[in-house]
Amino acid sequence: MKKVKKLRKSTRSSLITYGLVILFFVIVQVMMITGNLSSSLRGQLVPIAAYIVMAVSLNLTVGILGELSLGHAGFMSIGAFAGVIVSTSLENQIANAPLRLAVSMLVGGILAAVVGVIVGVPALRLRGDYLAIVTLAFGEIIKNVINILYVGYDSSGLSLSLKSANALGLEEGGKVVLNGPMGAVGISRISTVTAGFVLIIVTLFIVLNLMHSRSGRAIMAVRDNRIAAESVGISITKYKLMAFVISAALAGLAGSLYALNFSTVVAKKFDFNTSILVLVFVVLGGIGNIRGSIIAAAVLTVLPELLRQFNDYRMLLYAIILILVMIATNNEKIKNLINRVTLMLDLKTKNDPKKGGAA
Amino acid sequence: MEKMVPVPSRGIIPERDVNSSPILEVSHLGITFGGLVAVDDFNIVIGKTEIAGLIGPNGAGKTTVFNLLTKVYQQTKGAILLDGLDTKGMNTVQVNQTGIARTFQNIRLFSSLSVEDNVKIGLHNQYKYDTLSGILRLPNYWKAEKQSKEKARELLSIFNMEHMAKYKAGSLPYGAQRRLEIVRALATNPKLLLLDEPAAGMNPRETEELMENIRKIRDTFQIAVLLIEHDMSLVMGICEGIAVLNYGKIIAKGTPEEIQSNPEVIEAYLGKQKED
Ligand SMILES: Nc1ncnc2c1ncn2[C@@H]1O[C@H](COP(=O)(O)OP(=O)(O)OP(=O)(O)O)[C@@H](O)[C@H]1O
Ligand SMILES: [Mg+2]
Repeated sequence: MKKVKKLRKSTRSSLITYGLVILFFVIVQVMMITGNLSSSLRGQLVPIAAYIVMAVSLNLTVGILGELSLGHAGFMSIGAFAGVIVSTSLENQIANAPLRLAVSMLVGGILAAVVGVIVGVPALRLRGDYLAIVTLAFGEIIKNVINILYVGYDSSGLSLSLKSANALGLEEGGKVVLNGPMGAVGISRISTVTAGFVLIIVTLFIVLNLMHSRSGRAIMAVRDNRIAAESVGISITKYKLMAFVISAALAGLAGSLYALNFSTVVAKKFDFNTSILVLVFVVLGGIGNIRGSIIAAAVLTVLPELLRQFNDYRMLLYAIILILVMIATNNEKIKNLINRVTLMLDLKTKNDPKKGGAA
Repeated sequence: MEKMVPVPSRGIIPERDVNSSPILEVSHLGITFGGLVAVDDFNIVIGKTEIAGLIGPNGAGKTTVFNLLTKVYQQTKGAILLDGLDTKGMNTVQVNQTGIARTFQNIRLFSSLSVEDNVKIGLHNQYKYDTLSGILRLPNYWKAEKQSKEKARELLSIFNMEHMAKYKAGSLPYGAQRRLEIVRALATNPKLLLLDEPAAGMNPRETEELMENIRKIRDTFQIAVLLIEHDMSLVMGICEGIAVLNYGKIIAKGTPEEIQSNPEVIEAYLGKQKED
């Protein structure tokens, strides 16, 4: 006999999540003011914020919608480079750095959303793990496209080339914004910890409120039982696309925040490994568990730093901790997901010269 | 479009609905899967507030009829008129919005969500607001959420399930899951409710209650019910008209009394074992 159990109060749970983030932010602020934060850890704060947003947004696709995405870093990449280009172009127009950051992030988010629609429409109409295949390819394509992209900015505006930085023909005083495989260079670092904090809160506000609304219930209905959802008049494609595009947009915002924290950023930073890393955050934090994603992203981003004293054994310890957490959180959902991911990885590594035929 | 072939005049119980047009008119409905003719020349008329039964041996094609009516499958032959409207070209979502709701033989709940959320999902097209209003929690969000919560509780009370509202649907006992599926279907405000083996897995007492409640639902909501059931006491107890399906074809239609004494029906049920 199955036990009848009560569901957790959702509003209380949401408040705890917000509280946790606010508490963490306050502690960090106090430590910064009192000078108790090591400079290496301080430098990690914006990336941590970006990865938290990445994990929460991927959880929207993987946990709430139940679709597998293996190219979430691709949307981060779009947000990153769009953000850098916008920020550099607006340097003279918008002198106020926080405002310029907000505008850059917004453009990065919107562009990622548009690409999310383009990727999602064909993939989400099909049944099965097509989204995993398509996002996997998308992540690789984005990386390669940005690697051959040269973007410059001078008084006549933006210029673009696929050949070289010289081919941009910039006038004196012009700036190379995107330098092919060298990535974005000479970025003015306008991201702040406060901006990261605000983005996390905005992300939580969007995702948690969505989950507890009519559309969010429809998304979860599609996840739990597609056929039943259709039978009560819910359009599968609409809600799949909605969740996926919101997820992509948030990743775009996170990408802009991340990129504008460094003076240089390369496309390789947002490759398949990063997509998998974020997926690991989601899995370890608990599929569908938003608070878990936040904690996992934060802890696993600082962990390599904290383990630095163990020097050579650092990555070994990291791996052991990962495995232990995996075992501790061992459940049906995770096993199921790992099966799906390994299936996709098989597909990726299988270097069959003949095209098509994969299923 | 040209007028479709007239439906055979005899519905399941023609005398009941002489004054109102039927809710469902199905004519010459058929589907084949590969070589298998799963449903063939299926004709049925159901009145606006009729409780009708669809019975037949295992594999006769009963669930397939439901899947055709709800457009899980598109028919290869025939026409379905719902409240006078041809459902040709519609999809499952549109058919539901036009007035057919169903339950499933293998229970299909949103099992990780609460009982109340399951019903609220059924109310998806009844209390609407857009996604942005939901995220920003604008006044229309609060209004619609309040209405759908009240409606959900009201619908759950049909089966005395209000106290289970916060339970996880997947953790309910079997019988309660079946009842929740009916509530969720009712939430979509249907004109025709399709129940696929609603009493399966229920004990005799639960089945008795279910019969009462199906009648109550018909009377309160003034809707038609078409149910598939193997439990003959339930079928004979509440159905006003019954159609018997065997190998995808209707072999008999009539009142419970007529069906019970029909030699072809008895043959279909008893003869089945010999062939297997
Ligand atoms: N999608 C499908 N593809 C191929 N064959 C199918 C499909 N759906 C149903 N069938 C076949 O159609 C026939 C009728 O099946 P159906 O499920 O409608 O029977 P049923 O009357 O509901 O039986 P039961 O009482 O066991 O539920 C069966 O032979 C079944 O195998
Ligand atoms: Mg069946």
